[in-house]
Amino acid sequence: MSSILLAIVIGGAFGFTLDRVGATNPNFIIRMLNLTNLHLMRTILLAIGTAALLTFGGLLTGLVDPGHLDVKDAYMGVFVGGILLGLGFAVAGYCPGTGLAAAASGRYDAMVFVLGGLAGAFGYMLTYENVKATGLLDHILGGKATLGTIAGTEYPALLGMSGELIGVVTGIAFIAIAWFLPDRLLGGKDSRVAAE
Amino acid sequence: MRAPLTWKAGGLLLGAVFFAAVLLVKPIGVSTQFVIFDGILWDAVSPSVVTESTEAKSGYTSTNAYLAKSGGKYAKNVENPLNYSFVFVLALIGGAALSARLRGGVEKAEKTMPAVWRANFGDEPWKRYVAAFLAGFVVLYGARMAGGCTSGHMMSGMMQTAVSGFIFAAGAFAAGIPTALVLFRKES
Repeated sequence: MSSILLAIVIGGAFGFTLDRVGATNPNFIIRMLNLTNLHLMRTILLAIGTAALLTFGGLLTGLVDPGHLDVKDAYMGVFVGGILLGLGFAVAGYCPGTGLAAAASGRYDAMVFVLGGLAGAFGYMLTYENVKATGLLDHILGGKATLGTIAGTEYPALLGMSGELIGVVTGIAFIAIAWFLPDRLLGGKDSRVAAE
Repeated sequence: MRAPLTWKAGGLLLGAVFFAAVLLVKPIGVSTQFVIFDGILWDAVSPSVVTESTEAKSGYTSTNAYLAKSGGKYAKNVENPLNYSFVFVLALIGGAALSARLRGGVEKAEKTMPAVWRANFGDEPWKRYVAAFLAGFVVLYGARMAGGCTSGHMMSGMMQTAVSGFIFAAGAFAAGIPTALVLFRKES
C-alpha cells in the first residue's frame, strides 16, 4: 500500500512539474526542436544534470540504494525506436508523458495524440514477434550497460572507470551545457525575413 | 509564450522529482503503461488474452507474445493494475490537471492546436487531429520498440549514465530536429 501512496505523490509531483516547466505546451517542444526557443532544452538538461548529481552523490554517500537503479537494455531498436519517437515528437509536440499531461491540462489535440498512442502501443504488441525476428532487439554494447562501473550493481561498464565519478562528471556536464546554451540558436526578432 | 517557471527553477524542480523517484522507488517511466492500458481493454473484451499460469515467473501469461515476455510481467500488471507504475501514470494525469487548473487553464485557441502549428498549417482542427493521431501512433510504436520514452530512456536513462539512454536520445533528436526544422518554418 505504501508503494501506491508513493506512486500518487511522485506521479502527482511529476505531472504537476511537467505542466509548470511548460512541457505540456507543444509550442515549447516544437520550438525546442526547430531551435528557435531552447527554454525546454535548458530545463531538461538542467533536470538530467541535477538528477545525476544527486543520484551519484547519493550513491557515494550511501543515501541512495544501488538496487533502486534500473538500467535499460541497449540494442539497435533503441536507436530506431528513438528515431520514430523523434518524428512524432516533432510533428505533435508531445511525447508519451507530456501528451498525457497536456491532455489532462485540457488540450484536445493531446487527447487525440494519446488515442493514437494507445493504437501505436497496440500495434507494437501485435507486431512484436516480427520486430524480434529482425534482430533489432538483440543486445549490443553489453546490454544493460552504464558508462562506468557502479558499485553495488552488476551492470556491465563501457569504460573501466568509477561509474559514480563518471556520473558526477556527466551531471556537471549537463548543467554546464544548459547554462551556456543561448535562448535560441536559429532566427531572431528580425532575422526571419532575412532567412526567407 | 512563457512557461510558468524559468528554466533554472523548472530544471531544478524536475531534476528533484526524477531523483526522488530513484531515491524512494525506481526511475520514472511512462510509455509501458500505454501497453498495460491496452492490455486491460483487450482482456476486458476477450478474457482469454491474459490468464494465470504456474509456469510463468510472474504467475500470469498471455496469448500475446509481448504481454507474455519476461516471465509475463506485463500480463501480471494487466491483471493487477493497482501497482506502482500504473498508479504513477494516473497520478501524473491528476497532477498536470491540478497545475493547469491552478494557473487558469489553457487558452481556447490553444486547446485545438498550438500557435506554431496554426502559423504553419492553418486553422482547421481536423488537420491537426489527424497529424496528432498519427504522431501518437508512431511515438508509442517507437517508444515500445526502444523499450522506453523521453522519461524512461532519455531522462531516467541518461541521469543513470545508461548507454541505452544516450543511444535513444541520439535517435530522437537526430529525427526530431530536422523534422521540426522542415515542418515549422514560420514562428507566428
